Amino acid sequence: MSAITENNGSAAAVDAEPRQGRWLTFNILRCDPADPGAVPHLRAYRIEEADSMTLFIALNEIREHQDPTLKFDFVCRAGICGSCAMMVNGRPKLACRTLTASLPAENTLAPLPFFELIGDLSVNTGKWMRGMSERLQTWLHGREDDVDLRRIEERMDPDLAEQIYELDRCIECGCCVAACGTARMREDFVGAVGFGKIARFRLDPRDARTDGDYYALIGDDTGVFGCMSLLACHDVCPKSLPLQTQIAFLRRKMAMTGTRR
Amino acid sequence: MLHCVITCGVSMSYEIVAAQAGLSSKATKNHWPAWLDILQGSTGLFLALFMWGHMAFVASILLGETAMWTVTRLFEGYFIFGRSYPGLVSCAVAFVALAFVAHALLAVRKFPVSYRQCRTILSHAKAMRHEDSALWIVQVCTGFLLFFFVSAHLYQMFVWPQNIGPYASADRVWSDGLWPFYLTMLLAVELHGGIGLYRLAVKWGWPNVPRAVLKTVKWGLTAFFLVLGLATLAAYMKIGFDHRAHYGERYTPERMLEDGARREGGQ
Repeated sequence: MSAITENNGSAAAVDAEPRQGRWLTFNILRCDPADPGAVPHLRAYRIEEADSMTLFIALNEIREHQDPTLKFDFVCRAGICGSCAMMVNGRPKLACRTLTASLPAENTLAPLPFFELIGDLSVNTGKWMRGMSERLQTWLHGREDDVDLRRIEERMDPDLAEQIYELDRCIECGCCVAACGTARMREDFVGAVGFGKIARFRLDPRDARTDGDYYALIGDDTGVFGCMSLLACHDVCPKSLPLQTQIAFLRRKMAMTGTRR
Repeated sequence: MLHCVITCGVSMSYEIVAAQAGLSSKATKNHWPAWLDILQGSTGLFLALFMWGHMAFVASILLGETAMWTVTRLFEGYFIFGRSYPGLVSCAVAFVALAFVAHALLAVRKFPVSYRQCRTILSHAKAMRHEDSALWIVQVCTGFLLFFFVSAHLYQMFVWPQNIGPYASADRVWSDGLWPFYLTMLLAVELHGGIGLYRLAVKWGWPNVPRAVLKTVKWGLTAFFLVLGLATLAAYMKIGFDHRAHYGERYTPERMLEDGARREGGQ
């Protein structure tokens, strides 16, 4: 029997101005999968809001002064490592990029769904990302077997390099997968992060793979044809990657490839 | 049979053996997923556009009984062959039914089928408060309703195509008590088709306009066709109510009645 008490995050109007002295409540889903006797439950923490406070700072405050057992991940504190993604009032966000001023007074925090739970707000996104990477072979498949490291690299058009860089900005935080209704229902779905990787290597002239090779990877219902275009991935991406246009582009390309003899 | 299999042996292609073993055939490209996705989208597009055209024809009743009678006779080939062939309507219905069955079969692949999937997607959409995810649930629910409503409607139109006309349709709506059926189908069809066309546009990236614009256009069209549909249904209900004493009588335009009377007078 679950001991979780219902406590929906308030969707009250959000004031963008920081309000010094405001008291914030965080109802955090506590769960320790390593302890067979542990019962998942929501635990409320109250802290006083400070100027320019981020959710990441708030969580550190809680861990430092109220509950040292609270588990959550962070590394960079600057939206680069993707470690601190969590469900904030039902939507995936990076804790380090979420200003408490943008949150209502009462909030609910939960771990990202879909990924293996380590404990509380900490999930093992890396394990899934590695599996996805191996499945989609998201590394450069060079044109030559023997790479001559002494030779100067071939030039690349700056516009093309910019396009590749744009897709390479993905930090693998897992927000897109956690927000994806398709992935939530079908766990073998590639997810937007995978499509972004394929789109990136498809652009790269150094990669020897053809559309036929990419079709073999994502040309089915666990791949691009399984995407139902709910587009929550696009809407929640903390790096604002153009996932909607990239997935639509891949769908067109894979449809053309798949229908060709 | 079993004896025959044992003595003669069975030859099966690699694809069948691999598929039964749960392995994908990497040796040959599987064209099916691409074709099925294209077919799902194209049948949906056809049905949504047909639905709007259908609504325009049915709404001709708002211009008067004669206008609706003319549209009906047009599809029965009256103005080409000089007489009505309701069988032509049955042929068109059969074609639409084929597209409908294909679309339903392909779309049902995406439905949540288990309790776990239903619970997951419902709680996900509720917690996320994400409009496009919520719209998809509306699409699934209306699609499920349409399995039954559209099937019944198509069967009726296929078997009794001669019962389409200003009075015949109005009698069906009012005297046969089918107005709740048409009202439910109207709401489900307009919501499903409108959301479906919007999703098709974002899915394939055409037209390449911002999603907010697409959504505004989508809601505008849905509102327009809903108002048109409700007004049309109301018109049939009124005609059916007024005509209830003459249930079964068919509409004939006045000018044809006059022509007939003149011919009879001449004889």
